[in-house]
Amino acid sequence: MTTATYSISRSSPATRIAALAGFLVLAALVAAPWWAGRADMRLLSEIFLYLSLACLWNLLAGYAGLVSVGQQAFVGFGGYMLFALAIFAGLSPLAAIPIAGLLGALVAVPVAFLIFRLRGAYFAIGTWVIAEVFRLSFAQVSSLGGGSGTSLPVAIVRSMASSRSMREATTYWLALGMAVLVLAVIYLLLRSRNGLALTAIRDSEVASNSFGIDIWRHKFIVYVVTAGLTASTGALIFLQKLRISPDAAFSVNDWTAFVIFIVVIGGIGTLEGPIIGVIVFFLLRETLADLGTTYLLLLGLVAIVVMLKAPRGIWGFVKDRTGLELFPLSRRVVDENQKNGK
Amino acid sequence: MEWINAIVQGVLLGGLYALFAAGLSLIFGVMRLVNIAHGDFIVLAAFLALTTTSALGVSPLLALLIVVPVMALLGYVLQRGILNQTLGDDILPPLLVTFGLSVIIQNGLLEIYSADPQKMNAGAIETASLALPGDLNIGVLPLLMFLVAVAVIAALQWVFYRSALGRAFRAVSDKQDIAQLMGLNKAHVFGLAMALSLAVVGIAGVFLGIRTSFDPSIGPGRLIFGFEAVIIGGLGNLWGTLIGGIILGVSQNIGAQINPGWQLLAGHIAFLIVLAVKPRGLFPRID
Repeated sequence: MTTATYSISRSSPATRIAALAGFLVLAALVAAPWWAGRADMRLLSEIFLYLSLACLWNLLAGYAGLVSVGQQAFVGFGGYMLFALAIFAGLSPLAAIPIAGLLGALVAVPVAFLIFRLRGAYFAIGTWVIAEVFRLSFAQVSSLGGGSGTSLPVAIVRSMASSRSMREATTYWLALGMAVLVLAVIYLLLRSRNGLALTAIRDSEVASNSFGIDIWRHKFIVYVVTAGLTASTGALIFLQKLRISPDAAFSVNDWTAFVIFIVVIGGIGTLEGPIIGVIVFFLLRETLADLGTTYLLLLGLVAIVVMLKAPRGIWGFVKDRTGLELFPLSRRVVDENQKNGK
Repeated sequence: MEWINAIVQGVLLGGLYALFAAGLSLIFGVMRLVNIAHGDFIVLAAFLALTTTSALGVSPLLALLIVVPVMALLGYVLQRGILNQTLGDDILPPLLVTFGLSVIIQNGLLEIYSADPQKMNAGAIETASLALPGDLNIGVLPLLMFLVAVAVIAALQWVFYRSALGRAFRAVSDKQDIAQLMGLNKAHVFGLAMALSLAVVGIAGVFLGIRTSFDPSIGPGRLIFGFEAVIIGGLGNLWGTLIGGIILGVSQNIGAQINPGWQLLAGHIAFLIVLAVKPRGLFPRID
């Protein structure tokens, strides 16, 4: 007779296969400049940048319970910081991207102190007001083109890399690197002590508070980290566009509505959700975008139906039925005897 | 003199903002729902009034007789059909569903009416003004709008605290389950609250359409003004909302007086100052 021995494990065959597949896909994507065309690379970069925005919004809303409809504040802020640092301080765009992120995190500190006074849905609209304040303020800065915006000077663009194809490969790798960085940061955060606290807060604020978790501090940290990474992503987005204007930089449709759509469709509160969501979103866009406003109408409709019928999105639906998990985050009990085939 | 004029016009503008805010405040009070599409419903009402005036050839003020009931009906159907399903402990579903509605209304209006700015013509009343001592002129129309805003707030106040409907509103707001046990159908009560909210939105939309030009994209801006008026005035206080609207209108006009580019910014900054100094608003309801 064998005594049952159990151990707690985070990984499972599924997570190991997913990790292997993930590395293979990543290797193929890193090599894209050698096998993909110019247009494909642009599309892929856009997908990566939307993936980072979606993962970041998911961390805010899905884990920390901070439903923001004003993340465009940090996208636009990051974009403008890149242009300002490159034009006024003569910084290379490559160096300006992390600094834009840092400044984004910095500016998020006073913003958080102010809008954390609002709760729930009012917090959401409060974040929107902040984004409007940013938009109107940058529209007043005449040295950055005021309301009509400005372009990145050719000399600065040329300084990034010698040839056009090299420049395009660089921005592509930066976008890919950004998505990987964001996923890695969120993954490590969720596996840490802080992540455990965040998951507890997500499941019940009252219960986690009674265990001594400082809810305000955890939300504050998530908000500031998210703001910094969102600003870096914004800097990259506008490095790719080479042109910035207040309306494009602080667009609620582009940087928040689409992002929310991606997360809701994919599955909010899971790390896999935004990845699935971004694939679905771009499939829809590439096939239906010719329809113009009808396409946007459809997006709104799909989001409402998903929220009403399957509020946990595509991945939530799969997870509920199969227990499948691609990132080793939750702990499960493993029967050692069974594992060893005894 | 210019400054006094700016302040007086700002007070009158504040009435319109209070109308934007009243419906928002009402449904939050009754069912803790924040309607992200609120501003888009205001614009929808304005377009509805535009179609009514051009189809029937009547004054926009008469169009109120059609727009207000239609919006109220829409509110009731929307609440019973969709929004009631989203209510619960989680704040995400109502937020995201109304966000989706906002996208749908904006793009639907864009499809039907195009992105061209529109304006309604109310006739001679638009240019009529009252001369006050000291070179001040007050437009009859802005004054009328302000008085209607005050009347609407007073009527909502009466409904909320003096009528049977208001008792039902307060009962479901306090404790949904017990109210249900007392024989109130909360789905119906919520439907009526949304109907009342969108009826006020109907009035606000018609006035917006007479006062300024409008296009399908301006809804979110109106939501933000209404929201700021609610927070400045203090959650749950209808008269406070009116004062919040006035503070917002006056700040915007003073900002515009200093520099035309600062009009909206000045309003937002006034809101942020109130949020920093008195996070519960200037006149929070004591509870």
